[in-house]
Amino acid sequence: MIEVLGWMSICVGVGFTALGCLGLVRFPDLYNRMQAATKCVTLGTCGVMLGVFLMSGFTALGVKALLCALFVLITVPVAAHALARGSLIFGVKLWKHTVKDEFTDDRGGESIIEEEK
Amino acid sequence: MTILIVILSFGAFFCLYRALQGPSIPDRAIALDIMAVIFSSITALMALRYKLAYLIDLSIAIAVISFVGTLALAKYLEGRSLDD
Amino acid sequence: MTRRIAYLVLGFVVWMLLVYTFQYQEVLVGVGVALLTAVFFGRHLPVQPSRLLHPVRWFWLLVYIPVFVYMCLKANIDVALRVLSPGLQIRPGIVKIRTNLKSDVARVFLANSITLTPGTMTVEIKDDVLYIHWIEVGASDITAASKAIIGPFEYFLARIFD
Repeated sequence: MIEVLGWMSICVGVGFTALGCLGLVRFPDLYNRMQAATKCVTLGTCGVMLGVFLMSGFTALGVKALLCALFVLITVPVAAHALARGSLIFGVKLWKHTVKDEFTDDRGGESIIEEEK
Repeated sequence: MTILIVILSFGAFFCLYRALQGPSIPDRAIALDIMAVIFSSITALMALRYKLAYLIDLSIAIAVISFVGTLALAKYLEGRSLDD
Repeated sequence: MTRRIAYLVLGFVVWMLLVYTFQYQEVLVGVGVALLTAVFFGRHLPVQPSRLLHPVRWFWLLVYIPVFVYMCLKANIDVALRVLSPGLQIRPGIVKIRTNLKSDVARVFLANSITLTPGTMTVEIKDDVLYIHWIEVGASDITAASKAIIGPFEYFLARIFD
């Protein structure tokens, strides 16, 4: 029973990770890519680690996998957040169909939305 | 299990495409960060597949190092020095 | 001082989970490492130690986990559908929202929760204003946007951390 749950968790994790990477290739600008990649890869890795924990129980492998899942859950969003903020300040362009950008408006800089050709 | 590892490797391959192609520096950075996290989960699966418990330590180490590297690059992009 | 002791205990527990063997050498090295980190970095512990032993907060944390997992799964299915749909079904933008949470830890957890839930990603926190990159802008007004994005989380996080 627990084995089956572990397999399911690992399969769901791997599937979402692959879809997230596909999103990394398909989406048009940095911020959208970051959204897809961060969400899917975080849940995917946590799923894989949880599956490893379920399949090996309270051994060294299982407990360390659980710890790794917790670590990834906290750090990947923080890294994405820092990188998004850095690239907004650096001036990486937003996609041309972006509706609005209150961050740059409030900082009083020039608009960094890509112009339509 | 082997098939799952191969699927994850294809995911890492997409990330590699974005890292080589990406128009800006943060694109490459986030692609490499995501790639490191995928490698960490590949390593965990390999630990389970080959019954080598010490590989999970490697997985934790990869996650930690990629996090620190990405934060350092984000600080650099903001134009601040690395010590505040 | 209590901060340092809390840091010592936490560091030791994390060390023991990381090595996960209960031989006396490992325990001794663990005590040494936890002591060193507690002396050097103990004052940076972001939580007040008295709150760590508060049973009501832990209860709300346990309630929060299923809610968070549900939102997370919903977010991933949402992103997967957007990735797999042939035309790009997105209308992104950066909006501003306002939160009532006071402590820094609560705000960090709020930002992380926002990043992992459907279609939103935190870009910047400035005091009580958060800038959110929204993949499908639904509401442009600041109060409406706040309600739509952080409504479900603020209730729990205020009970856990504030």
